[in-house]
Amino acid sequence: MAYDVVGKSVRRVDAVAKVTGKAKYTDDFSERDMLVAKILHSPYAHAVVKSIDVSEAKSLPGVEAVITYQDLPHIKFSTALPGVMNDVLDDEQEVDLPLFATAGHPYSLDPGHRDKEDRFILAKKARYVGDAIAAVVAEDAIVAAKALKLIRVEYEVLEALTTPEAAMREGAPRIHEESEGNVLSTGGGFERGDMEAALQESDYVFEGEYETSIVQHCHLELQTSHAYVDADGRIVIVTSTQIPQIVRRIVAQSLGLPWGKVRVIKPYVGGGFGNKQDVCYEPLNAALTLAVGGRPVKLELSREEGMVDTRTRHAFKFKIKTGVDKDGTIHAIQISAISNTGAYASHGSSIAGSGGSKFRYLYPVKAMKYSPVTVYTNLPVAGAMRGYGTPQIFFAFESHIEDVAKRLNLDPIEVRRKNLVDVGYVEPFSKNKVLTCGIRECIDKGKELIRWDEKKERYQNQTGDIRRGVGMACFSYASGTYPVALELAAARIVLNQDGSVQLQLGATEIGQGSDTVFAQMAAEILGLPVSMVHVISQQDTDISPFDTGSYASRQTYVSGMAVEKAALEVKSKILAFAQKITDLPAHSLDLKDQMIVYKHSGEPVLPLWEVAMQSFYDRVNAQPITSDVSNNARINAVPFGVTFAEVEVDLKTGKIKVLEIYNVHDSGKIVNPQLAAGQVHGGVSMAIGYALSEQLLFDEATGRPLNNNLLDYKLPTIMDTPEIGAAFVEIDDPTGPFGVKALGEPPVISPAPAIRNAVLDATGVAFNRIPMNPQRVFESFKKAGLL
Amino acid sequence: MFKKISFTVNGKSYTLEVDVRMSLLELLRNQLGYTGAKQGCSVGECGACSVLIDGTPYDSCIYLAVWADGKAITTIEGVAAKNGELSKVQKAFVEEGAVQCGFCTPGLILTTTAMTESGNDYTREEVKRELSGHLCRCTGYQNILKAAEKSLEGHICTCVDSPHYKQQQEQLKERQ
Repeated sequence: MAYDVVGKSVRRVDAVAKVTGKAKYTDDFSERDMLVAKILHSPYAHAVVKSIDVSEAKSLPGVEAVITYQDLPHIKFSTALPGVMNDVLDDEQEVDLPLFATAGHPYSLDPGHRDKEDRFILAKKARYVGDAIAAVVAEDAIVAAKALKLIRVEYEVLEALTTPEAAMREGAPRIHEESEGNVLSTGGGFERGDMEAALQESDYVFEGEYETSIVQHCHLELQTSHAYVDADGRIVIVTSTQIPQIVRRIVAQSLGLPWGKVRVIKPYVGGGFGNKQDVCYEPLNAALTLAVGGRPVKLELSREEGMVDTRTRHAFKFKIKTGVDKDGTIHAIQISAISNTGAYASHGSSIAGSGGSKFRYLYPVKAMKYSPVTVYTNLPVAGAMRGYGTPQIFFAFESHIEDVAKRLNLDPIEVRRKNLVDVGYVEPFSKNKVLTCGIRECIDKGKELIRWDEKKERYQNQTGDIRRGVGMACFSYASGTYPVALELAAARIVLNQDGSVQLQLGATEIGQGSDTVFAQMAAEILGLPVSMVHVISQQDTDISPFDTGSYASRQTYVSGMAVEKAALEVKSKILAFAQKITDLPAHSLDLKDQMIVYKHSGEPVLPLWEVAMQSFYDRVNAQPITSDVSNNARINAVPFGVTFAEVEVDLKTGKIKVLEIYNVHDSGKIVNPQLAAGQVHGGVSMAIGYALSEQLLFDEATGRPLNNNLLDYKLPTIMDTPEIGAAFVEIDDPTGPFGVKALGEPPVISPAPAIRNAVLDATGVAFNRIPMNPQRVFESFKKAGLL
Repeated sequence: MFKKISFTVNGKSYTLEVDVRMSLLELLRNQLGYTGAKQGCSVGECGACSVLIDGTPYDSCIYLAVWADGKAITTIEGVAAKNGELSKVQKAFVEEGAVQCGFCTPGLILTTTAMTESGNDYTREEVKRELSGHLCRCTGYQNILKAAEKSLEGHICTCVDSPHYKQQQEQLKERQ
């Protein structure tokens, strides 16, 4: 369908603010006399605090407060602090330390469906190198840093369990007392069909093992927030988050406060990628302002802290067994996975399951079994990161299916095609039906873009030290979290006197461009140019409508539904008001180019501003036009896509260079091609890092991080990033607003296996572990006899 | 210990006493309110804090405030014209979709501005090298490179042969 604004590359609504320095991020807001907080991190991966002496730190001039687990949640703040807070936190009362969960999921009324509560604001037992033991508030950062050094802690050091194998070993110490074998969860698995029979009837059974590493989000803006108590005795937190409503709830839970006592404000955010879909330090920041009588306290992590003391991506190990016929028909897929969740649960219970639940759409074979185990270790906490468990499982399976095709001497693309999903498939566990599926068209387009057949031919029988190859990989994903979690979104629209509107959202702009896409949707429905849709980008839990936040690639699809609903309501109110003025039936009217027009001919009836003016000022009929809607999306559209990659491998140096790479996506209708391509570029670039260079390294004996900075952690620079091709197969999804499906996370899923398969094509060496960094590659080539 | 220094920011003169331990970034952001310079690492790894010092891009987080004595500093707030019109570089970043979260944007615009003001010609590899001190996690650098090349229209060497470069040349021809 043709639209006026939707489908056009209109420029970002926040572009001018961001190129002029006018866009304000969390740290750009300053309160007068803001104090600075710093965290004392455990130097041991696994240790119990035997004693802690803060007296010397407290007496350092300029230090305002030092708190440890002993002070929480029962902060000894000044009882002179006015406001109702005192009714809640009584100085004299003994309160049990509440354990809380930090994962950015909507609250569940069903206690069985909540995240694991295993965390305190400050720890008595350190579970990774970096665990927060105490915190200092001081007049400036220099004093705070000095004070940290004056805190005397005596630890009883326990064995550091830095691998899932060590953690699951019999007799290993427990990281969390109640978790036997250090297993957080075995949930998220599934089984369909008769596995034994399906394996039996297959011509061959193939097995493989695959492994991914720990990586970090590395959003450019650090983890930062500041907090104070306002005149009403409520805690106000300004923070760089994807999920203001969830931050509010978790801060309240962590301190045992009523949820209404907390207000969260989210300004512009300098990237999140899932790391800010978690509530890492806002509870501590809230506790710290309470500790200093409600004065403003800033808590900003350094880059070195941020890379290990927030969240990371789960490292996975997979074992895969498939039953396949000689023609490539797959009958059985059996995957077992071990997910390393680090020291605390965070999103750990859901990520392994999420990977499986998104994978199971792609190849609906007769029998499929997935059994994940999520294990605690004494490493930094793994949490949500773009793709949420899928880059791992797709790396494993899309590598495996390539190996299978090679063993059968079949075309790897044809093997995939033979087994791919199609429209009408009802996924048996979610009962969700695939309504649109462009995966085959994506493959066709990708093949053409990279000139697959020509290059496959050309790269046969290469010799010499420099070799080239091509590879590809597929993926399936989801648009939001339904049916696993609540998918509530909201939008509010106010019509101004001149016919322009304010659009207010609960979904957060974090760089992905959602504000622009929402403005386009509202503009389309209301017959306005985008410049007349004023998006209020900042979220404030006191003011913004309730939306669970930005994650799970849900904004365009789920929050877009709310925008569509809100705009349609305003439109129908405008047309009803026009009827009052013109006596023309509202159903015969439409909105176009800031005019009320006849629906059948497009002929103008009267300008929109006239209706707007009368809605404000008509002495009889005045009733300003607004809408304020929520939408509970109880549906999910499945996006698909592929990566095609061409690599050049230098056998002597182990250096892999990506020469060409194309991601082709079936994300339904593309609302803004330029922004959509931008999402693909960023996701593919992140995935190239995942495939070739990025890995957070730890000393295996002590759990100490070795490269938690942007110099030693190899984030791709502009020199390392090839030209990235983005293409779309646009099939309108019947459930999404304007036909959209999810796009934000999907670009990061399939590049790593595509690159790996291209390296296999070039060299004959199958890398079953990423990153394929020069050292690992060189060693593998030596082993394979290529050197 | 404090030291008195004089310098200009975006043409405005300042004379003040600064703590000798303070970085230029801290001075600009915390004392003078130029929050367009961003802090992404504090140790010169990410480039988000870049400002121009006498026309040359520096990481202001590892440049001591006292060194700014006698220097002319340009921050992102000083790039647009006084009448509000965006500079050529700013326009290119907007038009090419080079902005996502926006946190790396001020630094990249300033470095690109320095290139455009140098009068030099650049090959594509040289443009990339000039920008390689700026990390970006959102864009994969694709549209940033396009924006930089658009900003340098007429100053890109023809010795590079890539599809993107050819496309750029065709666009240039179309406009002529």
